[in-house]
Amino acid sequence: MMGWLGDQFMQNALLAGLFAGVACSLAGVFVVTMHVSFLGVCIAHAALAGALMGEWLEFNPVIGALGFSVGAAGLVGPLADKGDLSPDSAIGIVFSLMLGLSLLFLGLIPGSRTEALNLFWGSILTVTRADVAVLALTAAVLAALVVLFFKEIQAVVCHRHVALAVGIPAGIVFYGMLLGTGATMAVSLRSVGGLVIFCLIINPAAAAFQLTYSLKRMFVISAVLGVFSCWAGLAASYFWDLRTGACIAIVSSCVFALAAAVSPKRRLAWR
Amino acid sequence: MAPDTAIEFEKATVRYHRRLALDEVSLSVGRGEFVGIIGPNGAGKTTLLKSVNGLVRLWSGRVGVLGLEPHNGAGHRVRKRVGYLPQAPQIDSRVPLAVRDTVLAGRWGRLGWLRRPGRADREAVERALVAVGAAHLADRPVGKLSGGEYQRVALARVLAQEPDVFLFDEPTAGIDPQAQLELLELIRRVHAEREVTALYVTHHIRLEDGHAALPECCTRLLMMRHGRIWRDGPRGDLADEALLRELYHCCSEAAPLAAPHAGGGF
Repeated sequence: MMGWLGDQFMQNALLAGLFAGVACSLAGVFVVTMHVSFLGVCIAHAALAGALMGEWLEFNPVIGALGFSVGAAGLVGPLADKGDLSPDSAIGIVFSLMLGLSLLFLGLIPGSRTEALNLFWGSILTVTRADVAVLALTAAVLAALVVLFFKEIQAVVCHRHVALAVGIPAGIVFYGMLLGTGATMAVSLRSVGGLVIFCLIINPAAAAFQLTYSLKRMFVISAVLGVFSCWAGLAASYFWDLRTGACIAIVSSCVFALAAAVSPKRRLAWR
Repeated sequence: MAPDTAIEFEKATVRYHRRLALDEVSLSVGRGEFVGIIGPNGAGKTTLLKSVNGLVRLWSGRVGVLGLEPHNGAGHRVRKRVGYLPQAPQIDSRVPLAVRDTVLAGRWGRLGWLRRPGRADREAVERALVAVGAAHLADRPVGKLSGGEYQRVALARVLAQEPDVFLFDEPTAGIDPQAQLELLELIRRVHAEREVTALYVTHHIRLEDGHAALPECCTRLLMMRHGRIWRDGPRGDLADEALLRELYHCCSEAAPLAAPHAGGGF
């Protein structure tokens, strides 16, 4: 039964699941509380556009993906604020630009585009120790930022107008959270792939949102559910010989469904 | 700016795209003064308040608050010292925030980056919750409050901030008459205890039951229309039905008074 843990690729996958689960689920709390769930799709396509540009201009696609992801995340906040748009509309505009650029670069690249497309559809089963180290560093940095700036984050995600009115530079905090989400996704993309990231960004945080009225607990619950989704998905994939990304996606969706079913927020009145 | 002046406007103009929201307004408010601001919709009342704490951009002119210029790089520093109580906003009922945490948010600006709240901050929060009669709500999710409860809690947040200037923007709008009266009494008490400077915007002159919609401590009144201060004087002098009718009828056909005068004292 425990033999599966002896495989090197599975150990790496479990560690990647641990760190990607924590990092994406923490960033997911920003996404869910700020109602910008489309941000995940937008950033994944920005990474694809950056990677394709890298292949076209013959520089490292990972650098291109990182630059475009962080750039796209950095563009959303100012675009929403300066353009007097809802963040969701700003994300839609950036997404359409990134999709357009992806298709443009795809047409410009001669021959194979495998490396760029692999980046988008990376697999958690093929991660290396180096990937795991990068994911661990990402999770640690993001967790540290959440702890250090918790009060500012809480004020901005729960009531940005109040945060601004009491003297918190709410714009900087808001943009910082978008950038943090973009960087986390870009770093995780090559290791665990777009599908798993998108599920980990939304489902654990949305499940945690169902279960608590405390933002602090929401971060912790989200991280635990993110790691659980990864590990349970990996186990299901190993034992039943199923596609890993699909298993993680389905498990995380089931986790959300279960949380919604038992949510105290669905009870009629607060006592 | 004179030392006993808390707020000073010099020909302050604010534009929202092509619309002139504040038109060369000049104003001086002394420390400890409680000023009521009335006028029809779109007269520039909220813009005037938001000019004080730098939440709108000045097109021209100057605004000074407590010796600082909120539109000249000191916006965050001013906001730390100015308590702003806006109209009851729409709150997501599932927001992961307890009442105590939202009141504690009043301390964040003064506390600054990377510093955690200490005992003094927590005590200030408890004092503020007791002062507004909301101590029993402390652990409740903020999204589960009624409109009146939310405004009490919002007032507690402003009190916990321990500001030098209060800005009240129609704080009684959208809450029931009893809660309105209680909130007005609370504001009166707070002003009596702390003697801070306050600007109080209200749309209606009187509440639906005929009671005055401004706290008793409000002694000076500004009447605004078309982004300008139309009248500025002692409350008693401006409590004139004909003047009020002129103020409101200049911009709209809507009745200026929320209810027939019931002798509640404007």
